Amino acid sequence: MARKLVVIGNGMAPGRALERLLEQAPDAYEITIFNAEPRVNYDRIMLSPVLSGEKAYEDILIHDDVWYADHGITLKKGCKAVGIDREAKTVAGADGSVVPYDKLLVATGSSPFIIPVPGKDLEGVLTYRDLDDVEAMLAAADKGASAVVIGGGLLGLEAAAGLKERGMDVTVLHLMPTLMERQLDAAAGYLLERAIEARGIKVVTGANTHEIVGDTRVEGVRLDDGAEIPADIVVMAVGIRPNADLARQAGLEVNRGIVVNDAMQTSDPDILAVGECVEHRGHCYGLVAPLYEMAKVVAERLLDKEAAYQGSVTSTRLKVTGIDLFSAGDFSEGKDREEIVLRDAVGGIYKRLVIRDDRLIGIVLYGDTKDGAWFFQLMKDGTPIDEMRETLIFGQNYAGGTPLDPTAAVAALPDDAEICGCNGVCKSKIVGAITEHGLTSLDGVRARTKASASCGSCTGLVEQLMAMTLGDGFTPDAVQPMCGCTDLGHDDVRRLIVAKELKSIPAVMQELEWKTSCGCAKCRPALNFYLIADWPGEYQDDYQSRFINERVHANIQKDGTYSVVPRMWGGMTSSAELRAIADVVDKFGIPTVKVTGGQRIDLLGVPKEDLPAVWADLNAAGMVSGHAYAKGLRTVKTCVGTDWCRFGTQDSTGLGVKIEKMMWGSWTPHKVKMAVSGCPRNCAEATCKDFGVVCVDSGYELHVGGAAGMHIKGTEVLCTVATEAEALEYCAAVVQLYREQGRYLERIYKWMDRVGLAAIREQVVEDAEKRTALFEKFLYSQRFAQKDPWAERVAGKDAHEFTPMNRIAMREAAE
Amino acid sequence: MNDMRPIEMQHWFTIGRLSDIPRRGARQVILPRGPIAVFRTQTDEVYAIEDRCPHKGGPLSQGIVHDGAVTCPLHNWVIDLQTGNAMGADQGCVRTYRTRTDENGLVSVSLAGPAG
Repeated sequence: MARKLVVIGNGMAPGRALERLLEQAPDAYEITIFNAEPRVNYDRIMLSPVLSGEKAYEDILIHDDVWYADHGITLKKGCKAVGIDREAKTVAGADGSVVPYDKLLVATGSSPFIIPVPGKDLEGVLTYRDLDDVEAMLAAADKGASAVVIGGGLLGLEAAAGLKERGMDVTVLHLMPTLMERQLDAAAGYLLERAIEARGIKVVTGANTHEIVGDTRVEGVRLDDGAEIPADIVVMAVGIRPNADLARQAGLEVNRGIVVNDAMQTSDPDILAVGECVEHRGHCYGLVAPLYEMAKVVAERLLDKEAAYQGSVTSTRLKVTGIDLFSAGDFSEGKDREEIVLRDAVGGIYKRLVIRDDRLIGIVLYGDTKDGAWFFQLMKDGTPIDEMRETLIFGQNYAGGTPLDPTAAVAALPDDAEICGCNGVCKSKIVGAITEHGLTSLDGVRARTKASASCGSCTGLVEQLMAMTLGDGFTPDAVQPMCGCTDLGHDDVRRLIVAKELKSIPAVMQELEWKTSCGCAKCRPALNFYLIADWPGEYQDDYQSRFINERVHANIQKDGTYSVVPRMWGGMTSSAELRAIADVVDKFGIPTVKVTGGQRIDLLGVPKEDLPAVWADLNAAGMVSGHAYAKGLRTVKTCVGTDWCRFGTQDSTGLGVKIEKMMWGSWTPHKVKMAVSGCPRNCAEATCKDFGVVCVDSGYELHVGGAAGMHIKGTEVLCTVATEAEALEYCAAVVQLYREQGRYLERIYKWMDRVGLAAIREQVVEDAEKRTALFEKFLYSQRFAQKDPWAERVAGKDAHEFTPMNRIAMREAAE
Repeated sequence: MNDMRPIEMQHWFTIGRLSDIPRRGARQVILPRGPIAVFRTQTDEVYAIEDRCPHKGGPLSQGIVHDGAVTCPLHNWVIDLQTGNAMGADQGCVRTYRTRTDENGLVSVSLAGPAG
């Protein structure tokens, strides 16, 4: 018969212990979990990406309801354990239940430390510990308010960066003179402070909080020196305290945390404890790697096997995009220590190694952390470093003359070298999983081993291990790089352009370490678009990074001549326009005139030299560029609507013209075609356009994600709105979202396939504030985009483009 | 002026100033037998090649210039400006011409034969 195991707490540490237990002996125990939170087990170290918006709750779930059911675990969600009766060997729950145990695992975790100042209980004072905290912060962030984060440690800085990312005005208050002083020395702390400030976050060091001011809600924070900083929310991130009350009441030995021995037993041998609530050899841990090491020992011990936890050496990485920081060990100064320091002020790199008795005992890396794992391993192993001392600071590639092969570094690591600190996965486990299960993708390795599945900072190492194990059989598939000039994918590049405030193509290439000196025909147009879309009004368009069509504002044809398409708003024209077009055709001997699929007139076969003169004549008749060549809005096709049609329900022509007047000139990841139909008969074919409107009696049905080119795809209905003004706002909001999220040369339907219609709906339809913000951003960028490029060139812009540099006459160069 | 020797024996023709060509860009120079494309790279090197892609005759002067190469606007062949050879998997070659830029920024092209 199975023994009974009761677990108090449902965080990451007991979750891992149960996983290990169930892997080895699925039926050894009948398991009951008391889970005070209403949610199942999720990855707490990923709260920062949820806060910054890079991940959603679903992405950070570790065990869903199905997992508990599959393993026959009784999960008492939202039920706190209120008492342990060690005599009767039972645990009492808040719901009145009493559950007997043979073995008890206490995993009550920790609580955020609240500094005891006046005002600490005001509404708007938050901690940064669980999803409820994140949700409270997000609710405040949406209002574009200001936040004060108390605590400039790891959590505080991640919270500050996330809130800033969400558009808040953020100040960090830190008691000590430099940030993260427990993990960093003063020099690295200074570099970090500069990097944090460069993102627009204010940092006040040596700041002693006197009180939090406000009547019922937070209004600000007053410091000891009298300075007052206004705030709509205050986030306390000053540290954690083990939750040991329940254990203390049960008479277990408790100091700062619940005292355990190397077998993870408390003072009662049938009661084990794991996680942030424990104290082992005088240490309490708040990082995930040691908790997982403890969990492994707990699982073994529950199965009556030999295993001992001997304490952990921990390392820290800051999870803020664009800031690379690694620290481990002890780096305080002392007579018995020597150090090796490397500084590169221009490159923003600082490395410091602390050595005692020929062994590495402390590591601080800032700006370049790729050797972190190697140094850490040397430190944990206590490897003597005298032979490589002179080149040690340059990292593994230089130490001992190891070749510069990227896989050589991981090849040299011992089998038990820890690759993934978050999940405690060592090299041999990854290599074993790859060969045993024939894994060829990063996702596969993540699914099997969890390596790099949490914070992701070891992804590069895992990929190198895969490359080493699989040889040529490995093609990194996690991210398709933009092109051969970089290993980064489109999404990473876009994210980093914003995060690092990169505002020119050379800046992107420099900061993101482009492998070519000036890119290629794939990445340059993409970067030019991303910069235009992300920095309207600030970015200077790089003309030489545009494809010829967008450079000369006409479409190149197979014989090197161009085609010219004047804009006809909503497909409407007039006798005067048609007459002017006819005159241009005659005057310039244009060989072909054709009506396009988008209700425009195309003049084909115009030599490049004639373009400015052709445009001048069309401009004179009131016509502007139709952007038939652009990755941008092409046309809005319409039917005649209520003006003429006996079935028309709304003024589809009028709305089409309005949409086109709002949208023209905007640059987008790929071409955008639109249409407005006056009734569900849909004569304008709006249901195969990137964005379409089908007028109905009650208003306007908005469609998105259609295509009728290489792929034929009907639209999805986004929603129905009542007024023209709403139709316009929703249309601009969808396009703006696409401009912000679409990858270059990704049509709207492909973007929609990737992010999901639900996500678009959520941001454009359900979230009115977000919609308005998108709409306004679009209109703002249009202020810089809506200039007729033809008129500019008629006036002389880029004149060199339309004339040869020289002609060498027949006589001079006769053949 | 009255030199009527065939073009292969002619030497240097001044075609304009370096500043007439945009960086990472190109200009056409029209010859009786067809245009040549004169490129200026990011680092101010100047190359001249036949303005006709070996693939389908696309005007290479209209392509995107990156490092020492140009991508044809018609079908994205990439041509090495120095050798005139198609790069990557494509096979083909265009004629190259020698160029020089003097201390006053005047650019000349030699119509006498392939670039050394």
